[in-house]
Amino acid sequence: MIQVKNLHKSYQMGSNSLHVLKGINFDVKEGEMVSIMGSSGSGKSTFLNILGILDEADSGSYILDGVPIKDLNEKIAAKYRNEFLGFVFQSFNLIGFKSALDNVAMPLYYKGMKRKERLELAAHYLEKVGLADWSHHLPNEMSGGQKQRVAVARALVTNPKILLADEPTGALDSKTSYEVMELIQEINSEGKTVLIVTHENDIANMTKRIINLKDGVVIDDNLINQHILNQHV
Amino acid sequence: MFDIERWQEIFDTLSKNKLRTFLTGLSVASGIFILVVLLGFSSGIQNGVSDQFSNDAKGEISVWTRSTTKEYKGLNPGRYIQLKQEDYNRINQLYGDYLEYKSSNYMIWRAQTNYLKEAGNYRAYGVLPDYQFIKNSDIGSGRFINFSDIENETKVAVIGNQIKLDLFKNEDPINKDIKINDINFKVIGVFYDPGGEQAESEIFMPLTTAQKAFNGIDIINNLSFTVKMSDDIDASTQLTTFVASGIERELKQMHTVAPDDAGAIRIQNSLEQFRRYYSLISIIKAIFWFVGIGTIIAGIVGVGNIMLIIVKERTKEIGIRKALGALPMSIVGMIMQEAIYVTMFSGLFGLIFGLALLEIVGPLIETNYIKHPQVDFNTALITVFVLVIAGALAGFIPAYRAAKIKPIEALRDE
Repeated sequence: MIQVKNLHKSYQMGSNSLHVLKGINFDVKEGEMVSIMGSSGSGKSTFLNILGILDEADSGSYILDGVPIKDLNEKIAAKYRNEFLGFVFQSFNLIGFKSALDNVAMPLYYKGMKRKERLELAAHYLEKVGLADWSHHLPNEMSGGQKQRVAVARALVTNPKILLADEPTGALDSKTSYEVMELIQEINSEGKTVLIVTHENDIANMTKRIINLKDGVVIDDNLINQHILNQHV
Repeated sequence: MFDIERWQEIFDTLSKNKLRTFLTGLSVASGIFILVVLLGFSSGIQNGVSDQFSNDAKGEISVWTRSTTKEYKGLNPGRYIQLKQEDYNRINQLYGDYLEYKSSNYMIWRAQTNYLKEAGNYRAYGVLPDYQFIKNSDIGSGRFINFSDIENETKVAVIGNQIKLDLFKNEDPINKDIKINDINFKVIGVFYDPGGEQAESEIFMPLTTAQKAFNGIDIINNLSFTVKMSDDIDASTQLTTFVASGIERELKQMHTVAPDDAGAIRIQNSLEQFRRYYSLISIIKAIFWFVGIGTIIAGIVGVGNIMLIIVKERTKEIGIRKALGALPMSIVGMIMQEAIYVTMFSGLFGLIFGLALLEIVGPLIETNYIKHPQVDFNTALITVFVLVIAGALAGFIPAYRAAKIKPIEALRDE
């Protein structure tokens, strides 16, 4: 699903350049659930941004579902993001003046789907994350856990290849964190590839594989014994 | 542009930010409102002034004489210059091609006029038939003096409406006899004049009759001409000035008057006067446009400014949209369409409001120099057009900025 070879990225900070990623090699197969760990400054967010086509690497290759991601113009990048990827962010990034339902339906709008179909599909995904009754509420009327579920529903609504989550539980207490992780595990169990950036060990342990980044390189990459939250899954 | 989804997005955004939308709209609406009102009044002033000077607009040249003030070729100053019919003929011969209407006039300053027991003192003129058109008077009933009156020296008179009211009350004056300085004249017509009461207190009779009846021989007091006008006011003025100075030169030569003697022969060129008013109107108009456009620009800069703030405020939202697959073009379209919509809507509001004000207040204004303030359809169209362009301009820079927003920077948690 994802093949990354010798990925480099540096940022220009005034006169000196900051070499953030120093040759990352990384493969993810379909249906995997991988967590990317590392202390702050290890380059994990940068790495996720590149995987999410929000940013571009300086050198190295990145192949996503057989498509090389290189020198894309904004238009194609936007199309790939819409088709291949679903994003979940630490701070939810919902649009404040739109209802939960409209937020979930938004990627479908950019996909060019008709309003009626789009709202039906969005309602279906909201139901899936357990928020069918909240569809007409605005984000600021919801709890953090609920907002993140809306974000997950939004990430899934286009049926992307990969779910990318950047510290999805970073702004949540542990109880709601577990609820959200349970939801993500459920999604993974349905066959969706999931990548999570986190610095919390208990969250990482809920995935199937942990990659440790340090100073821009992968220092270890292990399959682990997944801590499954809902035994019924 | 005709995407319903896009409009829903825009209405959503606008209705979620009512105060901001309202203030933005207000600045544009008041700009357009002021422009429309200013334009309305500039056209009102134009109407009023051209009405006041409508006679002058015809390029009238009139010639009067007095006594010389300068010694010339051995002739002493203080010599009275008397115009004769031969002067008229000479000028007609020289400049006839440029002249539309021409008349030589003999004037009786105070003509004692009686009808039965009613009497009054009026100014009476012996004129040629063209004088009707030079004076711009309308014949209300009967007819004006014609060529056979001149030929046959008939004793007929055309009286102003005011004289009719004074002497005849409600009686029909046509074919009635009046006495002018004890000589009988038959009334053949009544005229109206836009100049009002004063201008309607005059009597016209055939020049030849007047000269014969009142000891005029072939004496005339003044000459009146109108120059053939073209649509171009400047060209017409130039021609009129050329003819006027030609006449002056010729008459001074014929009567042996010093070329620099300004008092002896006076030429009045009404078009020259009119042109001064006319150019004043143009200046007023230009100033009004300038002020109006300035106000609109202020409004547009306001919209642009607010759109910039909106983009700034919505950086994160735009980042999210881009992360979710929004194309840069759709972001540009969204911001520009919003700006155009706000300027159009509020601009039209200001336009309608301004037009309504002119419509209601316009007829109530009754001063001499402002008349029917209004904005014609074309001007209204131009303003609307200006609005759309302005909206697009106001939206473009912010939209361009929005399109440049990188999702990664917008979404960075800070």
